[in-house]
Amino acid sequence: MAETVLKVDRASKRFGGVQALSDVSLTIERGMVHGLIGPNGAGKTTLFNVITGLYKPDAGHFELAGKPYRPHAVHEVARAGIARTFQNIRLFAEMTALENVMVARHARTRCGVFDAVLRTAAFKAEEAATAQRARELLDEVGIGRYADARARTLSYGDQRRLEIARALATEPTLIALDEPAAGMNATEKRVLIDLIERIRAQGHTILLIEHDVQLVMGLCDRIAVLDHGQQIAVGTPAEVQSDVAVINAYLGASHVVV
Amino acid sequence: MKPARLGLIVLAAVALLLMPLVAQQFGNAWVRIIDTALLYVLLALGLNIVVGYAGLLDLGYVAFYAVGAYLFALLASPQLTDNFPAIAAMFPDGLHAPLWLMIPLGALLAGLAGLLLGAPTLKLRGDYLAIVTLGFGEIIRVFLNNLEQPVNITNGPRGIGPIDSITIFGWDLGKKWNLLGLDIPSVTNHYYLFLAVVLLAVLICRRLERSRIGRAWMAIREDEIAARAMGIHTRNLKLLAFGIGATFGGVSGVLFAGFQGFVSPESFALQESVMIVAMVVLGGMGHLPGVIVGSLLLAVLPEALRYVADPLQHLTDGRLDASILRQLLIALAMIGIMLARPRGLWPAPDNAR
Repeated sequence: MAETVLKVDRASKRFGGVQALSDVSLTIERGMVHGLIGPNGAGKTTLFNVITGLYKPDAGHFELAGKPYRPHAVHEVARAGIARTFQNIRLFAEMTALENVMVARHARTRCGVFDAVLRTAAFKAEEAATAQRARELLDEVGIGRYADARARTLSYGDQRRLEIARALATEPTLIALDEPAAGMNATEKRVLIDLIERIRAQGHTILLIEHDVQLVMGLCDRIAVLDHGQQIAVGTPAEVQSDVAVINAYLGASHVVV
Repeated sequence: MKPARLGLIVLAAVALLLMPLVAQQFGNAWVRIIDTALLYVLLALGLNIVVGYAGLLDLGYVAFYAVGAYLFALLASPQLTDNFPAIAAMFPDGLHAPLWLMIPLGALLAGLAGLLLGAPTLKLRGDYLAIVTLGFGEIIRVFLNNLEQPVNITNGPRGIGPIDSITIFGWDLGKKWNLLGLDIPSVTNHYYLFLAVVLLAVLICRRLERSRIGRAWMAIREDEIAARAMGIHTRNLKLLAFGIGATFGGVSGVLFAGFQGFVSPESFALQESVMIVAMVVLGGMGHLPGVIVGSLLLAVLPEALRYVADPLQHLTDGRLDASILRQLLIALAMIGIMLARPRGLWPAPDNAR
């Protein structure tokens, strides 16, 4: 029996007159890449933002690694152990790649103003450890040579990888990737797939929103499909691909071959 | 450390130590200008924490300067003992608060004022925050202007004086000293004190910048939502930036009051806040050497331009007003610098630190 990392029970979210999510449940098990797909406007990003604390849900119960958590503040969710990337890259543009990753160690380090001003032994040790961990992570995603370059000067693909390194630095229980392949060319996608595979091999659990169906089918262990704010299917890639409701949602009812 | 670097530091130290002794040969007024400039450097360093690091535009920063200045003015002048017999009875020799107590107290009080301003305004950003902080700065000034009725606390627009001169371990900075036949006037004494405080402030800023706290501030400046997604408690860190930035203003205010011997509300007008913001922006936001250069330049330039404006006035038979001309030249210089160097005179280098 696999261990459950994230359990979402009947989450709902309404924006004015639009029911963006209604009673969506989601269970993600340790070590899996769990895909979340659906047509435009299906509620993928809403669910994602609810799980990570950006939107306050109207209803729903949330558990991370068996412990209930309230997704009401982004920083608390991050501390609880969910790290995320953003669909439209949100790096700290004027800071170096290394500093970007070091920032992400914030919640896992402790030194305050007095330690910093007095340069205490604890501060020096923590600072060195933070920098070393950040370098390791940059190497791991393959951009170690750009450690001292400002984030805004990196190429598009490298910026995406820096976001992943930054997410890893928070020591997450669950890594949530919001369309990591958006805007990438074939080569960059190849590199990204390798990277995600490698992260999974280290034992990380990943939630993935993606438009590229081929990428999702190739990478994910399980996939949940949303349409009009409701979950219409969940299962292995093969199961989802042959699901009538899914084909309906994507292509329209007339395309269903009976 | 490389010998070349060490040599440079020794050279800079000697130059900084000798500067007032040279400047005083041309008149104490020049040393006074440098002293004032050092106080502005301290203010700009403090504001740089709020604006440069955390990215919060504060247009009322001068309020913290006022808090520090009035604290020292009230506790080291006859103002309170003259107006409150009870206090006069408690301190028959008058109130003479020592500097070593006033500097931390001024920092603390200004820091509290910073938290007071920060707490209700944290949800605001950019333009909106600027407007609220501007209002806060004005409120403090209006208070100082009017707190003479019904009980006279600040003496209103007439200001408070005479304030005790600064004394450190029995060394009265307000008196002229004679060292091996060399006259050390009061302004030169103050120079050394202010220089020491500024150097300490630079050290504190530099250490904060390269720490977990400094990185979190910069992350908030760059992208607040992403910063939160890294587990940064943005509300607390913004409050911290406001508080620490304000302490610099408070210390600067204490020194200002002791240096001038007199304070009045007009020293803390909106114009001053705007100037301090201009120093930070003109020099290069978030980059310490830039902020220092910017504040020195903008503090000294108006004084230096007196020597340009006066001859121009004579040249036009007095039709041009010197003070207006001076303002015009400062404005032109600022526009010119910002056009030529939009990221400031000395911004952080593009690659690495």
